Amino acid sequence: MTDLSLPAGPAIKLKLDRDGAIKRLFMGIIALYLVVALALPLYTMLSKSFVTYSFELDRYEFQVSDEAGVFGDPVTAAALNQQLGVFTADDLRSNSDGRLTATDFFPDFSFRSPVKYRLRGTTANAPYLVGLDLQNTTEWREYDSNTFRRINLRPVTSVGPQNYVEYFSNPTLFSSIENSVFIAAVSTVLTVVFAFGFAYALNRSCMRFKGFFRLVAMMPILVPSLLPGIALIYLFGNQGMLKSLLMGQSIYGPLGIVIGSVFFTFPHAMIIITTALSIADQRQYEAAESLRASKWRTFWTVTIPGARYGLISAAFVTFTLVITDFGLPKVIGGQYNVLAIDIYKQVIGQQNFEMGAVVSVILLIPAVLAFYVDRQVQKKQVSLLSARSVPYQPRPNRRFDALCLGWCALMAVFIVGIIAICQYAALIKFWPYDLSLSLNNYAFDKMDGGGWAAYWNSIKLAGLTAVFGTVIVFTGAYMVEKIDGFKTGRGIFQFLAMLPMAVPGMVLGLAYIFFFNNPANPLHVIYGTMTILVVSTVTHFYTVGHLTALTALKQIDAEFEPVASSLRQPFYRLFTRVTVPVCLPAILDISIYMFVNAMTTVSAVVFIYSTHTALASVAVLNMDDAGDIAPAAAMGMMIFYTNAGARLLHLFASRRILGRTQAWRLR
Amino acid sequence: MMTSDHTGGAQAAGAAPYLQIKGLWKAFGDFLALKDINLDIEAGEFICFLGPSGCGKTTLLRAVAGLDPQTRGNIRQAGVDISSLPPSRRDYGIVFQSYALFPNLTVARNIAFGLENTGRPKAEIKARVAELLNLVGLPEQADKYPAQLSGGQQQRIALARAIAIKPGLLLLDEPLSALDAKVRVHLRHEIKGLQRKLGVTTIMVTHDQEEALSMADRIVVMNHGTVEQIGTPTQIYRHPATLFVADFIGETNKVASVFKGSRVALGNLSLSTAATGFAEGDAVTIAVRPEDVVPHSTAVMGEGGLNMLPVTITDMEFLGSFWRSHLRSPVLGDTPLIANFSINAVRRLDMKPGTDLVAELPAERVLVFPRGA
Ligand SMILES: Nc1ncnc2c1ncn2[C@@H]1O[C@H](COP(=O)(O)OP(=O)(O)OP(=O)(O)O)[C@@H](O)[C@H]1O
Ligand SMILES: [Mg+2]
Repeated sequence: MTDLSLPAGPAIKLKLDRDGAIKRLFMGIIALYLVVALALPLYTMLSKSFVTYSFELDRYEFQVSDEAGVFGDPVTAAALNQQLGVFTADDLRSNSDGRLTATDFFPDFSFRSPVKYRLRGTTANAPYLVGLDLQNTTEWREYDSNTFRRINLRPVTSVGPQNYVEYFSNPTLFSSIENSVFIAAVSTVLTVVFAFGFAYALNRSCMRFKGFFRLVAMMPILVPSLLPGIALIYLFGNQGMLKSLLMGQSIYGPLGIVIGSVFFTFPHAMIIITTALSIADQRQYEAAESLRASKWRTFWTVTIPGARYGLISAAFVTFTLVITDFGLPKVIGGQYNVLAIDIYKQVIGQQNFEMGAVVSVILLIPAVLAFYVDRQVQKKQVSLLSARSVPYQPRPNRRFDALCLGWCALMAVFIVGIIAICQYAALIKFWPYDLSLSLNNYAFDKMDGGGWAAYWNSIKLAGLTAVFGTVIVFTGAYMVEKIDGFKTGRGIFQFLAMLPMAVPGMVLGLAYIFFFNNPANPLHVIYGTMTILVVSTVTHFYTVGHLTALTALKQIDAEFEPVASSLRQPFYRLFTRVTVPVCLPAILDISIYMFVNAMTTVSAVVFIYSTHTALASVAVLNMDDAGDIAPAAAMGMMIFYTNAGARLLHLFASRRILGRTQAWRLR
Repeated sequence: MMTSDHTGGAQAAGAAPYLQIKGLWKAFGDFLALKDINLDIEAGEFICFLGPSGCGKTTLLRAVAGLDPQTRGNIRQAGVDISSLPPSRRDYGIVFQSYALFPNLTVARNIAFGLENTGRPKAEIKARVAELLNLVGLPEQADKYPAQLSGGQQQRIALARAIAIKPGLLLLDEPLSALDAKVRVHLRHEIKGLQRKLGVTTIMVTHDQEEALSMADRIVVMNHGTVEQIGTPTQIYRHPATLFVADFIGETNKVASVFKGSRVALGNLSLSTAATGFAEGDAVTIAVRPEDVVPHSTAVMGEGGLNMLPVTITDMEFLGSFWRSHLRSPVLGDTPLIANFSINAVRRLDMKPGTDLVAELPAERVLVFPRGA
């Protein structure tokens, strides 16, 4: 055969037709959304973490006159401070709002004295305020003493790693890293072991009540992560029912955080491990049996290696969930500092946004790492799946089944118990003195925290998030999956769509403060509105929805689009007539996922809700903070009922819609 | 929109072909999936792309459809250069191996998909759908969903959907390969009949030579991204242009040989052949199809006829309409010669394993190809 080689010349490019243009447009719009709602805020936050504010005293020079109006020699503020020692180095570190009163450099200042003051900058950047009037000049300015008392020095910004240096040299802040890692590590080990046992029982035994256990395991997803904290306070707190069981240990601190973390991460780990176990191959077990390997040996040589990717993935996901969680340590952490609490304290307590940004960046590290590992593992697992064939069929074994049932029952008691305690707490008049039942704790309007309005806001947020989130996510996934060519654009889009998973909610929230709470930003108008909450929630939960949509889209025939275009039909007709109906189950799944998470999330919204957009989940936090623990439990239970109801509705709706529009699935 | 030509048949001499592919190349990264493809297709022709798996048939079809544009080269359809037109602006109907029927729409709605949204009145669409269902022989199935139909029925619905809009060109990518053998043979006739009736220019991709031979007006045999031969089924079968074609289509006996004085050497024998264009001493491969071997009784040996080989039957296999026989000849050494003998011939010469015969390889049936290109 003769050697042929491609003749020189440009590669043929097809002209863009209307469909292609529209698809690109839509993809562009959604990519733009992700840039504005995610990339830009993160970038702003990252750059802010490198900005420091400080008062540079050697940049200001004063001159003071005697009573006759004769001025003495100029003297710098730095020199004055050295003489007087009024401000320590710590005082001179500041933030964007920092002000230093000029009169503090003059102990014998009196605003009624005829003494006059002059002030100038020694360099071009020496800002100070006269009242609200910003001055920045190297010219001398003269002020009478009555005006001088309204003069404030302003800090100057500098860019550099000072914030990080300061963070790592502050032992209390630094110890939060240790604490966070410790808590997350312990919770991860416990959760993965417990969840593995549970998933193993569900997959590998012939015990009864599997459906019930599956349902129970999912319950923690329906409540905010801080709810177990409240239950633990009732059980083991200062006036707890079972306090004596702790033998002097305090539940406030690592113990409480770990128990609560196991509760709220359990379903996540369980789902991942169940998936991993369910792809096991029956033939491997038969091979092991024919080699007369003991059950124990088979477990370690077949089961564990087979599920390894799932276990790794579950461990990383759990670790990230715990280390980025804020609600639980806030409720039950006591004096025990963790990273997420630090961000909250820096931002809400000390208004030190830059330091908050530093902690956020640190919190990003484990999250990004976990995200990366999870992605790698998912890829491996997919290849494992396609190679497998005969699914494992458990055989009855009375002792083993009884053991499994026992274990699952124990976990079910733990999960149902926590929720039941919250329900009990919500219904009791005044623990522990008046145990009669009442609905007083549901009178949220009588307490701080937002009242019933907060609850309705949450419903509104969840509804809007479910609707807009699903539309945006599914449309985006469709465009990126079904567009022809345009590789670079699709690559960028995929990256943007995966990014939210690597960003903890609090970090996103803080980034939103930096980005949206800036009057120079035209999008500032959404700050403090319901819109920003919806945007933040949709963005925060974008990735899982995106992956769900992609999976569904990949399962439908790739040839539909070519057929439609050969029939000269626009793609949106195919989209509405075929793609959406066929993907309806996945679309419903995305919307319920968005709804439930919008109801329970605290971290993504705690920095950006406003007084008129207070939310139920945040109300739980704030009522607990104010000592109204029972109402907090009651509000938490409201979230639970709502989510449980939403799930039931979802189930019902799915069944109905499937029955009506998807008759084609059945033969 | 291009006008479709349903008159079919051969074009007036001199007119440009309906579909013209010129200097077409396709590269996937460094890999060249199509190399300098040139092909003219006349209006109303039924063309098959035939070749082994991975030879580029689908790639060529998708280039014609604009689904995976070629890297270099031109395609003209009905006189219009469509090389860089997106699929939606080309004029074709397509049926995929998977049929790609919309699962949530009934059969009628599937077929109507390309008719709706075009300003046609509802009644007209309904009538057209009914007509198409009749045409593909499934008038009763209008309200069923695709999943309720058999594979062959789904196939026909996909075909009906593709031709509903009267495309100028019909593209079929292995339309029958997912069906079982019997349905496949039946559908071959149906599709061919339909195509003839509509006169629509059709390209079908297949790797099943029987399918290609029985359906195509002309076959394009492809290998490794190049066209090996274009011709009618009989041309391709009787006069394969390359050893690859001879080997790929039907069966052949192959023997290495050398060209000598307008004959080819076979052991100590030399065969005369109609082949030309070889120089003295060229290394060649001789190919003879099993059905071209003519049996004679050993009596003819003495006549010293041309191209006569003494053989012994080692094995015989009854294949219904003929006997496949394995022959051995001292001339060929260990290489067996396969021959298909008619039932008549077997009876006449009383053949059974062990029988000695003389096998004639008629000169005009001895194909000669250059060896080891
Ligand atoms: N998207 C792609 N990227 C890279 N290589 C490709 C791609 N599509 C096809 N190829 C390669 O191009 C060659 C031709 O593929 P094509 O699908 O046209 O083969 P085919 O003749 O249709 O084979 P089959 O009978 O198996 O369908 C193959 O080697 C294939 O691996
Ligand atoms: Mg193919």
